[in-house]
Amino acid sequence: MAHNEYLLQVRDLTKYFYRQRFFSSDREPIRAVDGITFSIRKGETLGLVGESGCGKTTAGKAILRLIEPTSGQVLFKEGNILDLNREDLRRLRPHMQFIFQDPYESLNPRMRVGEIVGEGLEVHRIAQGKDKADRVSEILEKVGLHPGDAIRYPHEFSGGQRQRIGIARAISLNPQLIVADEPVSALDVSIQAQILNLLMDLRDQLGLTYLFISHDLRIVKHISDRIAVMYLGKMVEMANGEDLFRRPLHPYTQILLQAIPKLDPSKRSQGAPLREEFCPHDLKKGCLFQPRCPHSKEKCQMEEPLLLDHGEEHLVGCHFVS
Amino acid sequence: MKTPLLEVRSLTTQFFTEDGVVRAVEDVNFEIHPGEILSLVGESGCGKSVTGLSLLRLIPIPPGKIMSGELLFEGRDLLGLEEREMERVRGNDISMIFQEPMTSLNPVFTIGNQIMEALQLHQNLDKKEARRRAIEMLDRVKIPSPEVRIDSYPHQLSGGMRQRAMIAMALSCQPKLLIADEPTTALDVTIQAQVLRLLKEIQGEMGMAVMLITHDLGVVSEIADRVAVMYAGRIVESGPIEAIFGEMRHPYTRGLLESIPQLEEKKKRLNAIPGQVPNPMDLPTGCKFHPRCHLMIDDCKKEEPPLYPVNKNHFSRCIRWKECC
Repeated sequence: MAHNEYLLQVRDLTKYFYRQRFFSSDREPIRAVDGITFSIRKGETLGLVGESGCGKTTAGKAILRLIEPTSGQVLFKEGNILDLNREDLRRLRPHMQFIFQDPYESLNPRMRVGEIVGEGLEVHRIAQGKDKADRVSEILEKVGLHPGDAIRYPHEFSGGQRQRIGIARAISLNPQLIVADEPVSALDVSIQAQILNLLMDLRDQLGLTYLFISHDLRIVKHISDRIAVMYLGKMVEMANGEDLFRRPLHPYTQILLQAIPKLDPSKRSQGAPLREEFCPHDLKKGCLFQPRCPHSKEKCQMEEPLLLDHGEEHLVGCHFVS
Repeated sequence: MKTPLLEVRSLTTQFFTEDGVVRAVEDVNFEIHPGEILSLVGESGCGKSVTGLSLLRLIPIPPGKIMSGELLFEGRDLLGLEEREMERVRGNDISMIFQEPMTSLNPVFTIGNQIMEALQLHQNLDKKEARRRAIEMLDRVKIPSPEVRIDSYPHQLSGGMRQRAMIAMALSCQPKLLIADEPTTALDVTIQAQVLRLLKEIQGEMGMAVMLITHDLGVVSEIADRVAVMYAGRIVESGPIEAIFGEMRHPYTRGLLESIPQLEEKKKRLNAIPGQVPNPMDLPTGCKFHPRCHLMIDDCKKEEPPLYPVNKNHFSRCIRWKECC
């Protein structure tokens, strides 16, 4: 199958941060991303969901080497990104771009919009001078801004428009892959919908492939073809979006989906039977979700489950898939 | 109908900044009845939080000022009270919880100390009795081992636990009205579900009224009884929850709901509201929503529409409410 072609393959990616203990030479690892493996096909959108601290943002940044991963492989365009030296990585950058969550902090307040969007064109010697200005105008129109906005500064724009500037910057170099980290979370609901529409339009027009990171399950469901659920640095379930919502197999996914507030007052949810939060570092072995799992059994405390395929590319990491 | 617990009449709050006058809240009217959950919902800058702060007279003066209005709490106008009398109302009759429990709890005192402070101040309890009540409250909001946790500092608790501690503090004096400003916005979705359920449960047990301020229609639909939708400092639609979600009569309400992706439907483009929220220092003429509205006609630009009664509980500030939705 032609569409089976993978644009990005991530294998066993890990990123540990180390915490220095007081009065001790031990460095305690915090396993922010702990061996995740997945692939994204060309033109596909993979949604990466999970709650705060699950490692989804770290994973996104490690894939593009915005932070250095601890180990693993990231295969993109016939090579392992993690093996590249600085110069080769720089040359690859135009093909893979990042959209940040906070449209207020991710734009340099001292640069004009035209400079922000055109910087990549200049750095990568794609266009200069008049040619650059023309390209910038064209890109600004593509994201729903005016060519005249190029001479303005970021503070003159609202949150939604700033996110459009961030998107313009990301698409300026005709990338193939875009990692979007919570691109609409900081925006108001009515503006969220505008930006989601824009991202979907650009995907169709430019043939983009997205890794779409979000904590919001409605939004992830809306934009993604496949969805991966993370919990404490591990992937616990991955499936086609429709399939995942129709038959969530991991207890964590089930609880997560139940917890989404309904938009119909006649169908109020009873809330999720989730056990209390706990400190993940206390856990030495077994399933990471076991201390909070309503179906936890003895085996879960002893042995860590593997992520196994339960048919139709539906992967689950649980000993007792119902 | 019962007499309302709180009656807000033509509340107008403005801020006088160097750049001009911000008309944050303009002629807002609503009532809250004992034991009901009223939700003020809207996007950032719509005036929902300023309304909440105005009720407790917590607006910083200057630059802010409550220009006019009446806040009748059990028949008594809060705006007419001396500051000393108002202090007796805050935390006792009306209390408030905020979005970010870490910034609204004092980091150098234990949560026990902070809960006990209110009890000692308002209920004249001695230290021992206040501590006993504080433990009872922590237990009530389902904090495990409350007799230990009472001596924890805020940073030692997780986000969900901190919000529970805040709720315990706010409810310790058994207020008649709780103002909850985005109480679950900073929380993860699973924790949000737990905290919402807890709020609803305790509200039912104690029979208090809640004014829930939020931008999240999902949260509203989970626990509110009645809804007031705000836009540009005004209430644009209000009514019972079923009416707002099922038979909304204002294009803004409809736009908000259609902006949220549905879980049941196959993906297609969202019906986004075009444009942006207007600058509060430079509001459009007439209906404040007209530049973004697909039902806009010339009359919308001329005069600000009043709240039209759709029926006796349901109101819409739209001249075309009959055609809308």
